Amino acid sequence: MPSSNQLNRRTKWLLIGVAVGYLALILFIPATTLVYEAFHRGFMPFWEAVNTRFFQAAVSLTLITALICVPINTIFGLCAAWVIARNQFRGRALLMSIIDLPFSVSPVVAGLMLILLYGRIGWFGPLLESAGIRVIFALPGIVLATLFVTLPFVAREVIPVLEEMGSDQEEAARTLGAKDWQIFWRVTLPNIRWGLLYGVLLTNARAMGEFGAVAVVSGSIIGRTSTLPIFVEQVYKNYQTQGAFSAAVVLGLLAAVTLVVKDILEKRTHTI
Amino acid sequence: MNSFLSSSFNNNLKHISIPKLPISIPWFVTLGYLVLMLLLPIAALITKSLTLGVDEFWRIATQPLSLSAYSVTFITALAAGLINGVMGTLVAWVLVRYEFPGRKIIDAAIDLPFALPTSVAGLVLATVYSERGWIGQLFAPFGIRISFTRVGVFIAMLFISLPFIVRTLQPVLQEMEKEIEEAAWSLGASSWQTFSRVLLPPLIPPILTGIALGFSRAVGEYGSVVIIASNIPFRDLIAPVLVFQRLEQYDYAGATVIGTVLLMASLVLLLVINFLQQWGRRYAIK
Repeated sequence: MPSSNQLNRRTKWLLIGVAVGYLALILFIPATTLVYEAFHRGFMPFWEAVNTRFFQAAVSLTLITALICVPINTIFGLCAAWVIARNQFRGRALLMSIIDLPFSVSPVVAGLMLILLYGRIGWFGPLLESAGIRVIFALPGIVLATLFVTLPFVAREVIPVLEEMGSDQEEAARTLGAKDWQIFWRVTLPNIRWGLLYGVLLTNARAMGEFGAVAVVSGSIIGRTSTLPIFVEQVYKNYQTQGAFSAAVVLGLLAAVTLVVKDILEKRTHTI
Repeated sequence: MNSFLSSSFNNNLKHISIPKLPISIPWFVTLGYLVLMLLLPIAALITKSLTLGVDEFWRIATQPLSLSAYSVTFITALAAGLINGVMGTLVAWVLVRYEFPGRKIIDAAIDLPFALPTSVAGLVLATVYSERGWIGQLFAPFGIRISFTRVGVFIAMLFISLPFIVRTLQPVLQEMEKEIEEAAWSLGASSWQTFSRVLLPPLIPPILTGIALGFSRAVGEYGSVVIIASNIPFRDLIAPVLVFQRLEQYDYAGATVIGTVLLMASLVLLLVINFLQQWGRRYAIK
């Protein structure tokens, strides 16, 4: 028996070593590089890069985009989750697959679709042009692209929570004479709040971090239509490594915060 | 017939839009939003493809440049999916079964590729794996270049597809009872037999699901690859980057055709993933 135990221990540490080594190669060493490259010449170069007009324009465009997209997709996600979790109907599974579609469509293809709808040669192109509205290469296009790629998150996280909660409490509230809004605010929302927050968190992270779809529709005009992820690529292409890594480390911080909050929310949803 | 249609249409309208029935507001929002945000864009893409005609579509879809872009995309993504199928399984196993210092942090870090913007991933990987980068310089003396080659594309795809396999497998491993394994041991099975006859079979559906999810993500990936690759045609140019380049050249027909091929590929993959998930569920019940 002791020999097999020893063997087990040896395999255990061997497997841990291989796994950690692999993760070091593709996750940990790159993550360390991100922080190192941003700060290895000290804090001042980072601070100077962050204090440029173009960087700040990118930050504010990123924040505006998230501020518009997160509420819209939260409302949609809640509606869709309710429709799917509280109703039995034909095509329910199909509806769920359709909601998940943006996860499997390449972001570039998503952007292409928007150009074919709202671009100069698109379906609504002439109409928009005569009305003087610019969608592609402007904020509306960035918003539409971001809405597309972040569409599934809230619905996806809320559906299982709603299903697990069941409709007993809602029906009880209804028989006691509560109105639909009251039921939603007083009964449903408190029950699903952690799952909802989780979905909102993921939506926000993707909204602030989307690159591909936004790159296609934004035209990447620096200082005007470049969000922070676009800014990273543009500045890197101009060989401004410090600028690129300064912006990247800010986005990296956002990702780290997202992961920490995600971990907290996961514990909450599991304990309740 | 006509009146019947219009009356049922009116009934539907009543159900959908009259605010006195707030119950149907979610239906209205859900269906309306999906049509506007998803179905309309997809319809625009497909209509544009159809207006090209079959011959023209086929000609563009099978141009040598297009074919090489598909092969770079799909073969590299498949390689990344398969490597992560093995390494991701190992990582999931280590995280679920073993207790060791730093386990929780490593577990949380697995989601980094989900949370990190793809342009940041591309920037960082391109730097680390460049000739002067921390990892790239170890390979440079052997004449192996990683960044700005197809190997770089492979590394980026490894990065972005890793969480799919680990996260699909972890819950399955957690549910697997250790007793079965111990029973096999105590009945005299060798560790290889325990692994291949007892542990592996129920893991195959989730491993394949994870590989398919990771592959699907890698096929559509743009941000990290466009930065780490040199994007030279016939060398390391992937299909999504080709779509982007076509759009930059205002070649809408070219972009549409390759975009449609990519869309079809992702729809097929979606079906495969659904099938694999159902297979896995059936396995879990048995």
